[in-house]
Amino acid sequence: MEAIKIMRLEIRENRSFLRLIAALFIAVGFAMAVCSVLILWGGASPVEGWMLMFKGALGSRFAVSETLTRATPLIFTGLAAAVAFRAKLWNIGGEGQFYVGACMAVFLGTRGETLPAIVMIPWLFTAGALAGGLFLLVPTFLKTRLNVDEVVTTLLLNFVVLLFVNWLVFGPWKDPMAMGWPQSAPVVDTAMLPVLMAKTRFHLGFIIAVVSAVFVWWFMAYTTWGFEIRAVGSSITASTFAGMPVGATIVRTALISGGLAAMAGVSELCGVKGYLTTDLSPGFGYTGIVVAMLGALNPLGVIAGALFVAMIYIGADSMSRAINISNYIADVTTAVSLLSVLVALFLTTYRIRRG
Amino acid sequence: MDIIGFLVETGFWMATIRMATPLVFGTLGELVCERAGVLNLGIEGIMAAGCMGGWMWVYQGGSLWGGVVFAAVIGVIFGLVHSLFTVYLGLSQHVTGLGITMLGSSLSAFVFRMLLPKATTPPKIIPFHSLDIPLLRDIPFLGEVLFSQSALTFVALAAVVLVAFVLFKTPLGLALRMVGENPLAVEAQGLDVFLLRTLAVCAGSAMMAVGGAFLTLSAFDAYYIGMVNGRGWICIALVVFSSWKPYKALAGCLLFAAFDAVQMRVQQQAGMAIPYQFYLMLPYVCSIVALIIMSRKAAYPKALLIPFRKGER
Repeated sequence: MEAIKIMRLEIRENRSFLRLIAALFIAVGFAMAVCSVLILWGGASPVEGWMLMFKGALGSRFAVSETLTRATPLIFTGLAAAVAFRAKLWNIGGEGQFYVGACMAVFLGTRGETLPAIVMIPWLFTAGALAGGLFLLVPTFLKTRLNVDEVVTTLLLNFVVLLFVNWLVFGPWKDPMAMGWPQSAPVVDTAMLPVLMAKTRFHLGFIIAVVSAVFVWWFMAYTTWGFEIRAVGSSITASTFAGMPVGATIVRTALISGGLAAMAGVSELCGVKGYLTTDLSPGFGYTGIVVAMLGALNPLGVIAGALFVAMIYIGADSMSRAINISNYIADVTTAVSLLSVLVALFLTTYRIRRG
Repeated sequence: MDIIGFLVETGFWMATIRMATPLVFGTLGELVCERAGVLNLGIEGIMAAGCMGGWMWVYQGGSLWGGVVFAAVIGVIFGLVHSLFTVYLGLSQHVTGLGITMLGSSLSAFVFRMLLPKATTPPKIIPFHSLDIPLLRDIPFLGEVLFSQSALTFVALAAVVLVAFVLFKTPLGLALRMVGENPLAVEAQGLDVFLLRTLAVCAGSAMMAVGGAFLTLSAFDAYYIGMVNGRGWICIALVVFSSWKPYKALAGCLLFAAFDAVQMRVQQQAGMAIPYQFYLMLPYVCSIVALIIMSRKAAYPKALLIPFRKGER
């Protein structure tokens, strides 16, 4: 306790970009060091383990394609979290909004209409994003009008949406052709995102995700609305005082954030499986929060964060097979990365002084 | 379908009290943290860790009470981590809490898989048996409902009384509540804000972990991944519902569990008229509705979410 008592935090005068990048790398390295203990416990050498993970994620053409495919929904959900968190709108409902988008894609994509792909795909993304954005408006209005904490409401709605999807795929949307499996009918061929690399699952969604990230970066940095979102996030009082439309800004943030998370659902549904199941997302909505923090809430940083997390997940699968260790190591590594990145980001703004 | 009929049934009330127990631990734990000004969104993960840790202790040959203590220790460790981040460094309580939840959930799944790699069906332990005290057990209705519960339920009830007593009748409780309202005033009294908050977060997290342990050591006899299943988040809603008061928290948990028991009964009796998924949605929907009703006049502790840093105001 004595050591802590004489510790003092001091705001740094300058935040350099290089220090930020260095801090992020140190944090991720620290997380890997901590998780090395778990690999040691599994009876393998950590160096070998991380090498296997790296090879499993990037070691072959197929591995790279799998990593990029996995990163695609994470870029969208990471952007969703980054935009919302910038405005201090704590949208933890990315998982639910993901499924809202996926449902919309199935709803519109299985009606047998044969629009050409060039119309069909933008249409599904637009409709999905709109549905996801409107869905997030419900907890947002509860927050702004009735003072209901959005963290809990968005979280609880994830469970509601997942149960709803469960009902859909076991009930009215169940595909009679699926040999009894609980899944929806597949979307029409023109709704499927084209594959970018032959014989892999790597699809157009990745390009759409990267373009979205660049657009969101531009939007946040160079438009009035983007500035307002950041201003509301740093101080609601100051924004109100400056005459900014705080309410409208929060609504806009919700529409964008919910929309981006829903686009993850559309992209994953139309890019990978083609039909709806209850395990379409292995927690992309929650992992998006880690991705956003790894990217320091910067839309371009989100791309890097998503690639890193995707590498961990894809690599962990092959590592766990090779050295016989549970593949939950991927979840532990991302969780520890999140926590150490939080500290690292903190240390770029504050320095710890003695006395 | 006879709702009045099963409201007088002992089975219904037994189920209600059993289902309320983990919620009571979790809600009390969150309440103590929030009273001291720290939101603990790590609750879901801490419950998962207590759930797995307590079970593993017993599965490896430890005693049941040893499992409860072990779970509490795990809770304290997570509490220390959470306070390091939120109390000492003043990081965002939202994001660190979620980080703790991810860590707690994934670490318990990882450890479970590493220790029992080949378990396809969840291995079982012998859980707490019901108290079954002679004489008391024979009291009509009340005896059956109360004394068919395990000892942990009584620990939960005692915890409600204890937390209420400490918070509202002792100097320590006064200091803890003040630290959640006005930390500067506490510092002016010469008390250590950081220490008080850490104490509250650790004690609260220990209760959450014991709530998790109740699931594996009393309600069920096995652990499976993801078994906390949102109970932690419901506890956070219940804290708002209770206006940060222990007895109201107990009432809220009982009401909520009663509702849960009703939906299970109705589900059995109504059969497939309404798909079961909609019944399963009810706890989450009810939590949201409870939040909407209570948030209008919610008197949040004034320093909740606000980090305290020396020399900054």
